[in-house]
This record gives sequence, structure tokens and C-alpha cells, in this order.
Amino acid sequence: AALKDGLRSQVSAALKEGRVTPTELCQRCLALIKSTKFLNAYITVAEETALKQAEESEERYKRGQPLGILDGIPIAVKDNFNTAGIETTCASNMLKGYISPYNATVVQKLLDQGAVLLGKTNLDEFAMGSGSTDGVFGPVRNPWSYSKQYKEKSVPKFHSEDEESNWVITGGSSGGSAAAVSSFTCFAALGSDTGGSTRNPAAHCGVVGLKPTYGLISRHGLIPLVNSMDVPGILTRCVDDAAVLLGSLAGHDPKDSTTIQDDFKPFELPNLTDLSKLSVGIPKEYHAPGLSSEILALWSKAADLFRNAGAKVVEVSLPHTRYSIVCYHVLCTAEVASNMARFDGLEYGHRSDMKDSTESMYAATRREGFNDVVRGRILSGNYFLLKQNYEKYFVKAQKVRRLIANDFVKVFRSGVDILLTPTTLSDAAPYAEFIQEDNRTRSAQDDILTQAANMAGLPAINVPTALSERGLPVGLQFIGRSFQEKQLLTVAKWFEKQVQFPVIQLEEVKRHDSGVFQHQKSASFS
Amino acid sequence: QKVSVEVLDHLEQLALVDFRDLEGVERLQKAIQFADQLHEVNTDGVEPMDSVLEDRCLYLREDNVTEGNCTKELLENAREKEEEYFVAPPGNIPLPKLEERETFLQHS
Repeated sequence: AALKDGLRSQVSAALKEGRVTPTELCQRCLALIKSTKFLNAYITVAEETALKQAEESEERYKRGQPLGILDGIPIAVKDNFNTAGIETTCASNMLKGYISPYNATVVQKLLDQGAVLLGKTNLDEFAMGSGSTDGVFGPVRNPWSYSKQYKEKSVPKFHSEDEESNWVITGGSSGGSAAAVSSFTCFAALGSDTGGSTRNPAAHCGVVGLKPTYGLISRHGLIPLVNSMDVPGILTRCVDDAAVLLGSLAGHDPKDSTTIQDDFKPFELPNLTDLSKLSVGIPKEYHAPGLSSEILALWSKAADLFRNAGAKVVEVSLPHTRYSIVCYHVLCTAEVASNMARFDGLEYGHRSDMKDSTESMYAATRREGFNDVVRGRILSGNYFLLKQNYEKYFVKAQKVRRLIANDFVKVFRSGVDILLTPTTLSDAAPYAEFIQEDNRTRSAQDDILTQAANMAGLPAINVPTALSERGLPVGLQFIGRSFQEKQLLTVAKWFEKQVQFPVIQLEEVKRHDSGVFQHQKSASFS
Repeated sequence: QKVSVEVLDHLEQLALVDFRDLEGVERLQKAIQFADQLHEVNTDGVEPMDSVLEDRCLYLREDNVTEGNCTKELLENAREKEEEYFVAPPGNIPLPKLEERETFLQHS
């Protein structure tokens, strides 16, 4: 099997038939991780345990008893999910050296189905940011920076300077996971999504990024940022694969009281042929200031695509959209202030040498452990939660949140099935340019199109759509009704098939992908 | 309206995190300015929303012990411990006051 293949249709079959073995797949991925180290996508590579898992999987295939489609499939996990026996750092000094005593539920589920855990991916510190540039292990580089497609479009200056200074960001905060999937070092990766942290890097890295409905997938073991908005995110190379992952992860977890109790039935995605009963909404407020003309044109083209295929395409209004980012800012910092309080050095993580008193030890530990971004959000959050500010800011934001959620309810009640919007304002920025603004400003700008879905708890997905003039990926976003992932993914799959997003052309991948199936066609092959 | 030094000091004590420098303080100022946009929205008669799942019942289970006995694992990640205790420095000692603390705010 080639690294490019879709899980259900190709890789799984190849494994069952013995055309490739789990150890071969694992070794190929590990080798590719080594040769793409400059991307800095991985914080920890769990080589030994991964190979062991691959061997166990191989035994199962030999006995003809694979656990399922995911048996033997190499995956990566964002480093804010607890993984037993493997360091979990959240890209922070606060948790350097912290070895989780347990697996997050989603990790356990993947392992129970035989998936091979290759390692933990890089992120912004504690998932705060939209660039994957603010972690202690350094920024993640977008694999597309090194693609033939991008290099062809870059204005050549001095050749040797180019590669070093021209590289673009992955977006964030799940940048490591997005880069890992985009560069073929794994077949799927887990991210997290609180304000767009899975969809944003998915758009910039040209991969599928799914944010499930809040309450569908367990957050147990996901180190929390905003308890009322966080969800585990799924990053894959095609929509079908996202459905496979969703099927393995969704469902009630007694260890997470915010998961719904409804039965979840995993599904395969049908091939949509009749769009006449589909109503697609185009929210006018998503034509946000700063939206690049390129993306605006693509969005428009996509709307036409649906219209020409027989769907009903209507302009709709979500009037409170522009307050979503402000609302998020207050609620996020407030919940962060609370969630970060657990890091005091006593039970786990970094501990300062300060011994004068408990409080001074806590203060020193937190001073040493957290970066500026995290400290800034904690302080802002505490400000909004002060007695004199509580009603004015926190409760006010909660009220605005209801208005935002109601905007969506009204639109979906009016007969619209799904919303089509851009995911990001532009293609990925060069790192040198991105870091000129501070984290809060960038997050406020970059989350604008993705944030409201978290506010309302709705499922949303980024589908890679086309390459920009600079040769970088641009994606479009679909937002669906609560718990209607099947419809959301079905439409996304149809769209993916129409746009035929090009495969990234990376030297490193060509070398490693001996391509038993060079001629394989996946949804993303043109 | 700038945030007073008293409030900044209070925040440092509540959060047990420091502003560190002028940039840190300005960061807060900007955050407040940004948040003030919320007041443009009319929220008369609107109830605050705690959770998007507010219409559902919380899951309850039988009050039986199903897991635990993991003292050893939990203690492994602590730097300072004694038998089965986490060891903390002496408590009940308040942080030094602003004048006596080493904090950027002293110079504001």
C-alpha cells in the first residue's frame, strides 16, 4: 500500500491480504518521521512501543483476526492528550517530563482497536494559539513550505536563504498533528478544537479537519482548556477516513459527564448523487474583513458548484458572528484561569525549588512553568472573574453566547441543512511575518471563522479545496446541525470528490513511499 | 481607564502568576479593551448559557467503587513526597505584600 491510500478502501484491504504488514507500515512511517524532522511536527516519537504494537497487530492479521479497520494503522496524537507511559508535555515547561499514568479515553479506544501510536505531536503551549509557534519545543513548519507546488511559486532570491526564511506556519494549535498527516508520517492524527484548533491547521496544511459536536467524543484525558467548548479533533487525508476515526471514537463515556448518552452508530458514507433535497446556507457575515479575494472567489465557486448540482443555495444571516471572537476571548480566559489552577507543582509537573511557603512555591512554579501567552490568559481570566467584573464580563459573555447559539438554531430551523463558509482568512503566512503580531491578536484574527461553531457546540469540518496563488492549501468549512455528523460528512465527501485537491509533492515522501500501488487512486488523486 | 496597581497586585495574588513586565500589563489592558465590545450587544431578557447541552440530563451511575487503588502511580509524578503524602512547604503564610515582593508592579 502507498502512504497516500485511504484507510477503508485500500490500506485495510492491503493489510488483510498481506500485501503489506503492520511492521512495514510502521517502519516506513518512522523512517519518514526521521527524514522530515525539520518540520518539528513530533515532540515525542514512541518508536519502541509503536514497533511492538505493530508486531502484535501483525500476529492478529496472521491469525486472520484483525480487530478492525484501524488494526495496524499508524496514528499520531496531539501532545495534550494523556498517553500512559509516554511523556505528555502540552509543549510547556510545566509538564516537561510528565509521564501520564493513564490513557485518554480516545487514545485507549484507538489502542483497543489495534492502532499503532507513533508519537505525540507539537502544538502551541497548552493549545493556546493559532500558529503552533508558541510551544517550548519551537514552531511547527508547514510541510507545504517544502513542496514542489510552493517552491515553484516562490520568487527566487538567494536559493539557500529561501528555504530557511520562507517557510510557512501550519496554523494551530494542532499544527503538529496537521503536519504529520499532511507529510504522510501517519494515516490519521488526533487534535483538539476549542476555537478552531483542528480546522485552522487542517486548512493550512491541506488535510481534512473534523470538529465533532460537543458531547459526542469523550474529553477524558484531554488536558482541558475550555471545558464547555473543547472537543477532540480528527485529522485525516480524506473524508472517508475521518468517518472511520469518528466511528471508533464517538459514544458515551462514563468518565466524561459531558458526553451524551445517546447510542452512537458508526456509519459508512454514501456517495451522494441527488442534491436536490439539500439546502446549503451561505452566512453573509463570514465575508469577514481581511478575507482574501482568492478565498472569497473559491467560496463563491463552491456555492455555484452546489447550485449547479441541484442543491438549494441561500444566503443566510448569523447576526452575532462578529461578537463571537470577543465572547470567546472572555469565556476562554475565564475557564483557562480555572483550569490552569491545578498546575502548582505539588502532584505533577514542574516544581520550583522555592521553599518559603506553599503560596510562594506555587507562584514560583507557575512563573517558571508557563509562557507569556498562558500567563496572559490566566491574568485576563481572573480579571473578568473578579467580583466587580463578573456580571459585566463573564455573565455578559454567557448571554452573548446564547445569542450566537440561537443564530444557528434559527438558520437551521428555517430549512437549511448545512452551512458553507471559508475556514481561514488567507493561506498560511510565512513564519517571519506571523510572529510580528502577538498571540492574542493573531488568535483573534485567525479564529474568526471557526470560533462560532465551538460557541454553539456544532460539528464542523475543513475540506481542502484548492491551492492558492502561492501554491499553498486553502480549505472551505462546512458547519452542520448538532449530532448530524453523517449528513455533514456525506456532503463534505461529495465536495471533496468535486474539487480533487492535489496531492502534496514532497521529495522525502517520494523516497520513502516505494509505492506497491503507484497507480492507486484515492479521493484526493487527480 | 487604566487598571490600578491595587487591582494588578490583587490579580497576581489570585492567579499566583506574575505580569513580569510592562508588556504583561499592557496585554491585560488590551484584553479588557477588546472585551469591552461585548457591551455593544443588547442582552436584555437573555439567560446566560453555561453549556450547549443544557437541555439534557446529566449521566448518573450507581454509587459503587469501580476504580482506584492507584496511589503508587499517582505519587510517581510528584517531585517531593513522603510515604503516601505529597510534601508542601509550610502553608498559611501569605505572599509578601507588594512593597516586599519582587514584582514588576513595585516599579509602577
